Amino acid sequence: MIHTRFDLAYPGFALNVDLQLPARGITALFGPSGSGKTTLLRCIAGLERTTSGMLRMQDEVWQDGANFLPTHRRPLGYVFQEASLFSHLSVRRNLEYGLKRIPQAQRRVQLGQAVEWLGLGNLIERSDPASLSGGERQRIAIARALLSSPRLLLMDEPLSALDTQAKRDILPFLERMVQQAGVPIVYVTHAPAEVERLADRVVFMQKGCIDRIETLKQALSRPDSPLFSDGGCVSVIEGRSGQQKHGLTSFHVGEHCLWLGNPIHAASAGRPQRLRILAKDVGIALTRPEDTSLLNILPVTIQSIDLVREGHALLGLRLSDGQNLFAEITAWSRDRLALHEGLAVYAMIKSVALAE
Amino acid sequence: MESSFSAADLSAVWLTFKLATTVTLILLLVGTPIAWWLARTPSRWKAPIGAVVALPIVLPPTVLGFYLLITMGPHGSIGHLTQTLGIGILPFTFAGLVVASVFYSMPFVVQPLQNAFEAIPERALEAAATLRASAPDRFFSVALPLAKPGFLTAAVLGFAHTVGEFGVVLMIGGNIPGQTRVVSVQIYDHVEAIEYAQAHWLSASMVAFSFVVLLLLYTFNPTKRK
Repeated sequence: MIHTRFDLAYPGFALNVDLQLPARGITALFGPSGSGKTTLLRCIAGLERTTSGMLRMQDEVWQDGANFLPTHRRPLGYVFQEASLFSHLSVRRNLEYGLKRIPQAQRRVQLGQAVEWLGLGNLIERSDPASLSGGERQRIAIARALLSSPRLLLMDEPLSALDTQAKRDILPFLERMVQQAGVPIVYVTHAPAEVERLADRVVFMQKGCIDRIETLKQALSRPDSPLFSDGGCVSVIEGRSGQQKHGLTSFHVGEHCLWLGNPIHAASAGRPQRLRILAKDVGIALTRPEDTSLLNILPVTIQSIDLVREGHALLGLRLSDGQNLFAEITAWSRDRLALHEGLAVYAMIKSVALAE
Repeated sequence: MESSFSAADLSAVWLTFKLATTVTLILLLVGTPIAWWLARTPSRWKAPIGAVVALPIVLPPTVLGFYLLITMGPHGSIGHLTQTLGIGILPFTFAGLVVASVFYSMPFVVQPLQNAFEAIPERALEAAATLRASAPDRFFSVALPLAKPGFLTAAVLGFAHTVGEFGVVLMIGGNIPGQTRVVSVQIYDHVEAIEYAQAHWLSASMVAFSFVVLLLLYTFNPTKRK
């Protein structure tokens, strides 16, 4: 358990947080800019020096009032928005910086492991980190943080400074690192897609306070979730990618199979992954349509029907393996098809993509 | 024109070299913590201390020399201290020149260091802290290497500026051969004695020396390209 309580007042901003988190998995701190996510993360790291806070990491007290463990004595890793590599050190020396500073017996991550997880094999001998791309630098920064064998990894919008392609490239590495390193992570972001792809639970923040804490499933099951802003409701479906066929990649969800247009990154093949499906991209048929160009059709049961906006109905659907899927259709279609709760129908998914 | 240097000239050159080297080393040691403090402190004393350090840039050397002469003299505070310690009185000794030059050249060492320290992103030091580096560790493993160009500039400017001083030396050290008679004073003596050829040799050497030093500085320490 991580238990933290902070009461800070800066000019024009106050942080008022009392938070308990399980020390495992990925916790996303989600909220608009200025909501205090980064400040909270810096407080946890001890980078904001406060005398009015409390932080207990499992059985260790990191701070309590005037009793303040300085940052360098807290066994944590921190990944900043910009990679913040040491420009005077080679890639290898950057990676070794934290590694060298912990006793041999406490090293739980070896250089070779971190290099493999983050795909740094051909970068490690580079001497000038400034000449690398943003995505490469950020991967090095993540590996550098992991190599200090942290008991808690803090990540402050690690992808926000990257362009779309770099983000897409780094996400599989991040996923693999999360699964293999097994270190609890607190992940600050304002991008719903990153939460949907990575998080186990979400702490919603607003104006320096915590709105609510939910598991990702809970957060995605209510139509008014703050995660749904651009593009409406989103469902996240977990599954495993399989072979390539007809220029598409198969993706197994329970006993069913979906087809993905985009190829799966080598780093994530065969691992559990999450698909992100917009409710607007899901249509409903009463019988299995046979003569259609749509490839992804799943049998589902209607769980709920809500009116979300003028003339539109949001259907909560359940897949055969219990996962939830949203479909947004017009109210007229709902009436025409006489849809009601408990009805077994087919969900036709127009567009399927990995969450990114 | 008489050629080359006299023994007195060479002695002055050697003395100047010795003085500049000693002063530069002392200043790098003393100036680094001052520059670090000035670069990173949020204290309200930052401006006044910074101004005091910079005073020798604007003050006539004679003013600085005059006050140093008084403080280091038999009735000054430094004079009392040195007498109590059994060192005697500093003016008109090599040690006195060193002390005076340290004050005089201070800003030329502290300011490049301060600029270099200020240019170090706070983020790099924070990253080092999250990687288990203590404050002294961060200073030596991150701040010092990143400030290296600043140290080069500071050392060169401190050295060159000490070589070039005249007013303070005359006020504090006078003109004692082998003890306080540095190159600039020696040139002054040559000119006073209308030994223009000798003055030329030394002066031209100074011009060449200064040019080479600055050339090296600009060649090997180019301003950072982004």
